[in-house]
Amino acid sequence: MAKITFDGIEVDVPDGTTILNAARTIGGGIVPPAMCYYTPLKGSGGKCRACLVRVAAGSAKDPRPMPKLVASCVTPVQDGMVVENTTSEQVLNVRKGIVEMLLINHPLDCPVCDQAGECDLQNFAFEHGVSTTRYEEERRTFEKIDIGPLIQLHMTRCILCYRCVFTADQLTEKRVHGVLGRGDAAEIGTYIENIIDNEFSGNVIDVCPVGALTDKTFRFKQRVWFTKPVNAHRDCENPKCCGKVVLWYKGKDVLRVTARKDQYGEVKEWICNTCRFDKKETSDWTLEGPAHIDRSSVISANHYELPVLNAQVIADLPESSVRDLEQNPPMRLGN
Amino acid sequence: MGRKLLTEHINVEGIDTFEVYRKHGGYRSVEKALKTMTPDEVVEEVKKSGLRGRGGAGFPTGMKWSFLAKPEGVPRYLVCNADESEPGTFKDRQLMSKLPHLLVEGMITSSYALGANTSYIYIRGELLYVLRILEKAIAEAYAAGFLGKNILGSGYDLDLYVHPGGGAYICGEETALLESLEGKRGNPRNKPPFPAVQGLYARPTVVNNVESIAAVPVIVNDGGDEYAKIGVGRSTGTKLISACGHLNKPGIYEIELGVPVEEFIYSDEYCGGVWKGRDLKAVVAGGSSVPILPKELILKTAAGEPRLMTYESLSDGGFVTGTMLGSGGFIAMDETTCIVRNTWNFSRFYHHESCGQCSPCREGTGWLEKILHRLEHGHGNERDIDVLASVAKQIEGNTICPLGEAAAWPVSAAIRHFRDEFEWHVRYPQEATRPGAVFPGKAVLA
Repeated sequence: MAKITFDGIEVDVPDGTTILNAARTIGGGIVPPAMCYYTPLKGSGGKCRACLVRVAAGSAKDPRPMPKLVASCVTPVQDGMVVENTTSEQVLNVRKGIVEMLLINHPLDCPVCDQAGECDLQNFAFEHGVSTTRYEEERRTFEKIDIGPLIQLHMTRCILCYRCVFTADQLTEKRVHGVLGRGDAAEIGTYIENIIDNEFSGNVIDVCPVGALTDKTFRFKQRVWFTKPVNAHRDCENPKCCGKVVLWYKGKDVLRVTARKDQYGEVKEWICNTCRFDKKETSDWTLEGPAHIDRSSVISANHYELPVLNAQVIADLPESSVRDLEQNPPMRLGN
Repeated sequence: MGRKLLTEHINVEGIDTFEVYRKHGGYRSVEKALKTMTPDEVVEEVKKSGLRGRGGAGFPTGMKWSFLAKPEGVPRYLVCNADESEPGTFKDRQLMSKLPHLLVEGMITSSYALGANTSYIYIRGELLYVLRILEKAIAEAYAAGFLGKNILGSGYDLDLYVHPGGGAYICGEETALLESLEGKRGNPRNKPPFPAVQGLYARPTVVNNVESIAAVPVIVNDGGDEYAKIGVGRSTGTKLISACGHLNKPGIYEIELGVPVEEFIYSDEYCGGVWKGRDLKAVVAGGSSVPILPKELILKTAAGEPRLMTYESLSDGGFVTGTMLGSGGFIAMDETTCIVRNTWNFSRFYHHESCGQCSPCREGTGWLEKILHRLEHGHGNERDIDVLASVAKQIEGNTICPLGEAAAWPVSAAIRHFRDEFEWHVRYPQEATRPGAVFPGKAVLA
C-alpha cells in the first residue's frame, strides 16, 4: 500500500494505482478531469493532458517535487507522494489552456449535437474553461465521412482521444479505423473508404467523450435530458456481451440503448450491436428500474428515481390518497 | 589546433572500408573490451569519461547505462538514434557516411558493455545512401568476425541491424523511435516506464545518439580519465558542431568543449567570421529547438564572462540570458536577418512535425505558426505578441514528449530578446514586410 496526500487529504491506495484513480477513491470535485483516459481500455490516457497535476513531493524516499506537471491518469503513486490538483494555481491555469486548445477546432454546435448533455468536453469547459477564446485563425473542417449504417463520424468534433481506436483494438479482431495524419491534421479515419461494422463497433459511440461518434439510429430523435433511462437486461446469445444495458425511453418508445456507465462516464461492461441497435422493444428486455443518474448531470433534470412528495399538491389530494401516502411515505423532495 | 578524437582520420581515402579503417587503429576497442575487460568495467570507463549524450539532452551516458534493468534471462537492447533531423543539425549524417566503421565499432563495444545481443541503428529514412554505407560496413564487420556469433572467440554474440524510419522528426524522440522500430506509428510513449526498464519490445533498452556511441571506442582505447581531461568542468571530451547560416566557413567542426563562442565564430580554425563582413545579430547554438540568443548574450554571459562552448556556459542564466548546447546545431544570423520570419520558419517545421497525440502540442504548434504567419505577412495586431508568448507557455512542459518545448522555446526566446522587432511588424507592417527590410532599431518604435 502507498500513502499519498491529494489536495491535503491523505489516502491509502494499493501500489501501482495511478494518481487519478487514487483521487477517485476520495471522489467529489477534487477528481481531475479525464478526456482520454478510460479505465476499461488498456493503454489509454496521457494524451489530452486535462488531468495534469503537480507533484509537490515525489515520494517519502525522494521528496523532491517533480519538475513538470504530470498526467495523473498514467503516473503511478509512490508512498509519501504529495499531489496538488485543485490547490495548485498552476494546474488550474494549465487546465484553462487545455480547454482553450481543445476548443480551437471543436465546434460549439452543442445545440444540434447528440452528445449534448452527456459530453465530457462540455462539462470540462464548463468547469475549467473561460467564456472567450483568443483564437482568430481559420479552423479546420471536414467533408462528411460515411463509416457505415450504424455510426456517424463527425470529424470536426473529434478531440483525438484515441479511445475509439483502443476500443476497436481491444474488443474486436479486426480494427478498420485509426488515426491518420499528423499534428492538427490528424484525424480518425478508415484510410481506404471502409465501414465499421463488427459486432462490438457500437461501443465506440459509448467511449467517445464528445459527439464525434454518434448513434445513427438515435441522431436528432431527442435531447437526452428529455429521455428516461431505465436499467434492463436480456440473455444475449453473444458470449462477449454482458446483456446489461440502459434503455432510454421517450414515452413508451425506446429511442436508444447504451451500455451502463459508472459515475466517471466509463462503461462498466461492453454490449454487442444486436443489443444496442436491434433490440428496441420493451418486450426484448427484463426491466430493472430507473438508472441512477448523478444529480450534477443535466439528464437528472427530468429524472426521478422515487416518487416526489410535493406539499402544495398534497393539499388538493382526496383524503383517501393522503391516507395512502401517510401509510407509504414517499421520498420528500430535497431529502 | 584542438584535438580530433572522432574525426582524426575522416579525410583518409577509403576510411569507410574495413581494411583502411582497421589499418588506422579501427576496432581496437572491441578487441580490448572483449578480451581484457568485463562489461561493467567498460561501463565504468564511460562513467569516468563524463561523456554526456550528444543528441541534445546532455544526460551523462555512463549513468544512463547504469540505469539499465538487468533481469535474468531477459534480452536487452542497444538502439542507436540516427534519426537526426533537427533544423541546423547535420553532424551525425557526416559521421556515418564518412566513418561508418566508427559507429559499428562503437555499437559493438557499447552492446558488449550493456549485455545486448541484438542492437539496432535506427536511421532516418531519407538517408538511404547512408543506410547503404552502414549496411556495407556491417557486412564487412560480420565477415571479419567482429559481429555475429562468438566475436573474436570471446563467447560474446551480437547481431546488428540498420532500420530505416519513415522520415518523421518525432521519431528522433527515443520512445517514438522505439514505437516506430516496433513497426507502429511513431507516437511518443508516456514515461514512466522509461526505456531502461521497458523499452524495445517492452525489454530494457538504452537509446544513444550516433555521436555518443562513436565516442565510446575512444574512451575504451584511451581510458575514461584521459577523455575527461579534455573539456571544461562537466563538459568533457570533444563535440561535433554543425555550423551553418551566415558564416564564412559553415561546416562540421570537432571542437574540444570549452572553446569560447567568439573564437568558434571568428577564428580561421573554425567558422572564419560572419559572411560579407556583416555584423552578427543572433545565434541558435544547439539546433532550432533551443532558445535564440542575441549577439551580446551569445558572446558573453549576462555577467560579462566569455561564453564557452560547454553545456554549462551556454545555459548560464537559464533561459532568460542563456540557451543550450543541444545537439550542436549552430545557426548564425547576420544583421539583415528578420527574426520574425526566422521564428515563423522554425514554427512551420514544428507544426508540421507534431505527431498530434497530445492536445497542447497538436493544437498549439499550429496556433503559433498561424500567428507568426500573420505577423510576418503584415497582418498582425497589438494582441498577437502576448498571445504568442502565452500559447508558447501553455505548450511548454505540458506535453507527452519534448517536441512541445522544442516548438515553444524558439518562440518564447525570440519574443524575449527581439520583442521590438515583433512590435515593428505590427506597427509598420508595410515597411517590415517589404522584401529585404531590415529592422531599423528601437528608435523607430519610440
